[in-house]
Amino acid sequence: MPKPFGSTSEIIGEEIVNSFVRRLRARNPQRWVTLSLLSSLVLLLSGSTLRAQDTFHLETSSGATSIRLAAANFKPSTGDANTSTFKNTFDTTLFADLSAAGIFDMVSKSLIPQSTPGSQSEISLAQWSSAPASAAMVAFGNLGVQNNRLIVNGFLDDAKNTQYPQVFAKQYNEIATDDNARQVAHRFADEIIFRLSGGTPGIAESKIFYVKRGGGNKEIWEMDYDGANQHAITHLGEISLSPRISPDNSRIAFSSLGRNGFQIKMFSLLLGRLVNFNSVGGTNLSPAWSPSGQQLAFSSSRTGDPEIWVTDPQGNVAHRITNYKGPDVSPTWNPKTGAQIAWISGRTGLPQLYIMDSDGSGVTRMTDGGYATSPSWSPNGQFITFAWDRKYGPGAPGGQDIYVMEVATKRWIQLTHDMGRCDFPSWSPDGRHIAFANSPDGIDSHNRIMTMLVDGTGKRALTESGTDMPNWSWK
Amino acid sequence: MIAHRTTFWNKAALVATLALLAASGCHKKQAAPPSSAMAPENNTPPPTASITADPPAIDLGQSVVLNWRTSNATSVSIDGIGEVPVNGTQTVSPSSSTNFHLVAKNDGGTTEANVRVTVRVPEVPAAPADNSGDMGSDAIFHAKVQDIFFGYDSFDLTPEADTSITAAAAYLNAHPAIKILIGGYCDDRGSAEYNITLGENRANAAKTALVSAGVAGDRIRVVSYGKEKQFCTEETESCWQQNRRGQFSIDR
Repeated sequence: MPKPFGSTSEIIGEEIVNSFVRRLRARNPQRWVTLSLLSSLVLLLSGSTLRAQDTFHLETSSGATSIRLAAANFKPSTGDANTSTFKNTFDTTLFADLSAAGIFDMVSKSLIPQSTPGSQSEISLAQWSSAPASAAMVAFGNLGVQNNRLIVNGFLDDAKNTQYPQVFAKQYNEIATDDNARQVAHRFADEIIFRLSGGTPGIAESKIFYVKRGGGNKEIWEMDYDGANQHAITHLGEISLSPRISPDNSRIAFSSLGRNGFQIKMFSLLLGRLVNFNSVGGTNLSPAWSPSGQQLAFSSSRTGDPEIWVTDPQGNVAHRITNYKGPDVSPTWNPKTGAQIAWISGRTGLPQLYIMDSDGSGVTRMTDGGYATSPSWSPNGQFITFAWDRKYGPGAPGGQDIYVMEVATKRWIQLTHDMGRCDFPSWSPDGRHIAFANSPDGIDSHNRIMTMLVDGTGKRALTESGTDMPNWSWK
Repeated sequence: MIAHRTTFWNKAALVATLALLAASGCHKKQAAPPSSAMAPENNTPPPTASITADPPAIDLGQSVVLNWRTSNATSVSIDGIGEVPVNGTQTVSPSSSTNFHLVAKNDGGTTEANVRVTVRVPEVPAAPADNSGDMGSDAIFHAKVQDIFFGYDSFDLTPEADTSITAAAAYLNAHPAIKILIGGYCDDRGSAEYNITLGENRANAAKTALVSAGVAGDRIRVVSYGKEKQFCTEETESCWQQNRRGQFSIDR
């Protein structure tokens, strides 16, 4: 098995849970009992399938784990009236980005030194590296508004390296807006994550596309990865589903319900309008981009039965790659190789997860029962996340939860528990996070979008109810 | 709409009855021996008489040829025409269905013969088979072409659905102008994308069955709504069952 970038430690699945529990136990003894129960449940559920588990490690375990990182509040460098507002936005966003990255042990803001160093000469690293902060790394800098420009100088220091502490310095210069203060914080956070995670770029600048209900319709919306900046992309007045952003962030493929049923639509983010996509007949839905951006796989019933077809991004050069009676839908490419497709098929009854080569050969069934839907392939090609109700059936109390399966071994772990119905997991570009839709009471219209780390920790809601089908951008 | 439908079938029944009457009227000419022959005082035998109409049924405005034959009659009359020769033909153009009543007399007695001429007036439909151009009403359509329901996560037709499809095909074959939309629906459990393909399979199963029963495929439009358009939004089995349907409607 190829090692992830710069992996410094390998943590097996069980150890992830155990270390997580240990960490929380230290912080919050009252919750220990609940968590211990939870973790035994995870182990029980996974134990039967994860026999002889030795190398099942997720992306959270790549790179240096749990670096103790302190983020200082930035120092205001000008007296402009907006400086303190933007600085507040910047400080909050930076801390949230670094906390959400999943690879840092962030020093609480209540433990950091009172000083706000604005430059390399102003920082006293001993203050930061000693208790209670005990930081290994410190991010700091200054921020000011000058002539309607937002100017930010950011630094990252290795607190233990007294002779040459600076890891990097960055200057940002943007039009002074609150949104730019957030975007600059994202970029600075991504730079820190990139340097400290062993070369995997951060995701603070990535976007999530999703479906939002309103007035009986469903439109395609976009937001930042942290739930900020939510805004509509389409205004079609139709029911639009399954947004899929192209690898180069230029187009969104989705499907909308029209006179002839669901059809693939293509929206150009560069032109701000729909562009042509040829439809040949039947119902066409659930598009998926190949990692090259040159091909689109989707479900089409143009021959009467829903099968997986592949076309170019204009809908031309169509060819069918499945041929089996029953529903075939929800393809997702292996983004690492572009040579495999996972999808959902009802060919034997309830929908199951399958994989095949992208030419349709080598069909392999991955799930052994239940009701499996909505696969998303991890960026490193090793895992597939999907929604699964393992005890599906009339009267069965089964819940639909998010799972991760290792493709090579078909071993899986369950990431969500007892939180209602979960669906549409979508992998983040760094492979460390999963966005998904969750309805606490199981009712469709109550779905909201959440994210979590791939070991199931750090769950948080990004949107209000009435949102569904998240799709994380490729970068 | 129901009233209209009742009238239609009453009229159809009426036409059928009249046709039967006309046929038996024709038949009477063979049964020549008059039933009303009276026992004569003298030895003169009573006349014989028969009358036919060709054709026995006409559309309003068309004419029909009456043809009568008698023997031994001294006077012959037909109601509505008056005295006529003992044998003869006459072209008539009645405005409504008419009984032509012939009376032949001689000293020996009186013999009667009847023929019924049926006149088809335009407000009576000619025959149920001739409906080209008629899209029919929604009420009749939904009575004849009923929605079908599916089992859990299934797109196989149930025996009940087969029965519905057979009845639907009979109606649609008799009304070739009707185009139909088959909507595939699913209950709101399960995943949105998968349910659209399941609904597609359901609608296509209904289409395939109709095509097998002789309904032309190009009359049928199939749309799968998945679980995006629910009939019923409660979380109960009866509600879910209502949502797992193939719905037929006239595609206008």
